Amino acid sequence: MNPILLRGGTLVDPSQDLNEIGDLLIADGLISGVGASIHADDAEEIDCSGLIVSPGFIDVHCHLREPGREDVETIATGARAAAAGGFTAVCAMPNTDPVTDNQAAVGFIVRQGQRAAAARVYPIGAISVGQEGKVLAEFGEMVGAGAIAVSDDGKPVASAQLMRTALEYARTFRIPVIDHCEEPTLAAGGAMHEGLVSAQLGLKGIPAEAEEIMVIRDILLARLTGGHVHLAHMSTKGSVELIRWGKERGIRVTAEVCPHHLSLTEESVRGYDTNAKMNPPLRTDEDVDALRDAVKDGTIDLIATDHAPHHYDEKEREFADAPNGIVGLETALAVVVTNLVENGYLEYPDLVDRMSCTPARIFNLPGGSLKRGGVADITVFDPKARWQVDASQFLSKGRNSPYNGMTLTGRPACTIVAGSVVYRSGIPGQSSEKQRQQTHRLRG
Amino acid sequence: MTGTLGKDLLGLESLSGDQIRLILDTAEPFKEISERAIKKVPALRGSTIVNLFFENSTRTRISFEFAEKRLSADTVNVSASGSSVSKGETLVDTARNLEAMRIDMVVIRHSASGAAKFLADRIQSNVINAGDGTHEHPTQGLLDILTLRDRFGDLKGRRVCICGDILHSRVARSNIWGLTKLGAEVGVCGPRSLLPNAVDELGVKIFDRVEEAIEWAEALNVLRLQFERMTAGYIPSAREYNRVFGISRERLDRAKRDILILHPGPMNRGVEIDSDVADGPNSVILDQVTNGVAIRMAVLYLLAGGKPELAEAAKGGGRGREERE
Repeated sequence: MNPILLRGGTLVDPSQDLNEIGDLLIADGLISGVGASIHADDAEEIDCSGLIVSPGFIDVHCHLREPGREDVETIATGARAAAAGGFTAVCAMPNTDPVTDNQAAVGFIVRQGQRAAAARVYPIGAISVGQEGKVLAEFGEMVGAGAIAVSDDGKPVASAQLMRTALEYARTFRIPVIDHCEEPTLAAGGAMHEGLVSAQLGLKGIPAEAEEIMVIRDILLARLTGGHVHLAHMSTKGSVELIRWGKERGIRVTAEVCPHHLSLTEESVRGYDTNAKMNPPLRTDEDVDALRDAVKDGTIDLIATDHAPHHYDEKEREFADAPNGIVGLETALAVVVTNLVENGYLEYPDLVDRMSCTPARIFNLPGGSLKRGGVADITVFDPKARWQVDASQFLSKGRNSPYNGMTLTGRPACTIVAGSVVYRSGIPGQSSEKQRQQTHRLRG
Repeated sequence: MTGTLGKDLLGLESLSGDQIRLILDTAEPFKEISERAIKKVPALRGSTIVNLFFENSTRTRISFEFAEKRLSADTVNVSASGSSVSKGETLVDTARNLEAMRIDMVVIRHSASGAAKFLADRIQSNVINAGDGTHEHPTQGLLDILTLRDRFGDLKGRRVCICGDILHSRVARSNIWGLTKLGAEVGVCGPRSLLPNAVDELGVKIFDRVEEAIEWAEALNVLRLQFERMTAGYIPSAREYNRVFGISRERLDRAKRDILILHPGPMNRGVEIDSDVADGPNSVILDQVTNGVAIRMAVLYLLAGGKPELAEAAKGGGRGREERE
């Protein structure tokens, strides 16, 4: 493997307060040099002028559907979609079929991830056997096989006692317990946020309180146990206030938010677009504003996609009957740039922190830094590229995106995992306008 | 094939006040047809209409069918139990198969909110929503409004209160949109567990007590109480509902004025409405049923591209609509 020299990009790495134009040399899978002007005769040079070079993005929440639903996504297609989205690592949720609730299942996901040779794939094990909320799964063996956290995602842990035990037991293995916060009786049958739009559309709503009741329960259980609770896909202003309350008291709570909850509201459901159906549902402007503020001030630690591919036929039906979820790996960066950077909520170092450094730190994963000697998981992206989302071009098998057809800003140019280029769009270093012209000429 | 209403009638939310008035005005000449010995005009001769009912309905389906037949359309009734739907066919496949038989219109009743729009977005035929889940039931809203207009004339400033299960009622939603667009004041009254949480954002007055609603209103539209609401735990019992929210003669007698009584049917006598109110002098419940046929004739006629000013002429036997391709 030849050394790679990333030439002339803006190196953005908040883990070492780096934000300046420079070169970065990769050799033997590691970052071997960071500086103003590096010479390496044997290196393959990639011109990164006008681009941002950052530690690789890490998505701690996605659904890769394998095993069980290989028709909608496989670990290979998911890992390639992740690479195309600028992610060097993704964490796969355990709601597969069969459920990823034992060391053999965890090992399978690790091996399939290695075979995909795209973004790294880290398994998340189930909290309970079969995600049934009754018997604790074997955390120790799953961690031994490669699991980096546990969660019953998609199925909230209804029993406070089970959640307590999970938080206590997970301490031995130093892993976070991820919870999908939803009080099941309040949310039962709900298809969207409960509010004016649900009242007008005649759809059963899920109140914000269904999430918030579980957020405060989990925070209190983290206080009781000293365990680390990580709250998945936060969607309400009230949740932000409760997390802030918990953090002020030193309770071990971390939280994530998805790009769609930072950019869309319940209004997207008008017209019964099933690509605006997800759980937790799209909320209100007030919630979006509070979540943006929370990402900025760090109350919400990181951004995760909740990438959830579904088959076209499953989404092409009556709203109440359609499954929850949207794909997100290949639009996450652009949605965040367009909705948080361009309007001044975040600077690029903040974006890199929330999408790379903090996920690596909280989940204790390699990467998340451009420090010399560290693993060469790197994302190069064009912060100015404007492009129209065309879901039919996704590397993911999923096409269920509410952003399809929208014009967004910000696009990955090159994704490097352990020193190997796993994704490259067009020719980095040229503006996307030039790229488009070139493509046009080639096709012409 | 889009007339003054557009391709479809999916709800009253998307209509303007003028479009609603147009439908009401067009219904006027059609009322008379049902009073004739020979109740048939050729306005929709040659049109094929499918009544696609995924939910049980007697009144609405019969009303549509009479409207279609009195306009000389050819009609087919499809009910969920007798169709491929019971074999697991999707809504979009059912619709596309019907369309492949070259039909002109679909009247759809479905238990899912948004089902009529879903269909309308995917087929060329005109789609009429005959009730989609808990969303809208526009022809019911229109016939309620026509009945009110028969008595009140202009509805501007008139006070109409909808009583009962607003949360799950498509009739309530269509009435709220329609009445508001015509300038009426709308109230709702029912147990809070059967009102949407965001009811105060709907632009209506809210009455927790039925006595206050009666004090305020000039007309009450009394909704049917679905018995499944009790098993789902929204309210404790029909008996208590009648005692707290039932429209009784005693309650109405305390009002200072005569109050018009509407009910979309079918009634639970002795639950939401007492018999002496339903059968009393101020009840216009059967007028609603009569108006239902005229409203549906007007909607069918307008969606098929009929000119409103020709509605009168269409009665006579002339072809009141453009030739179809």
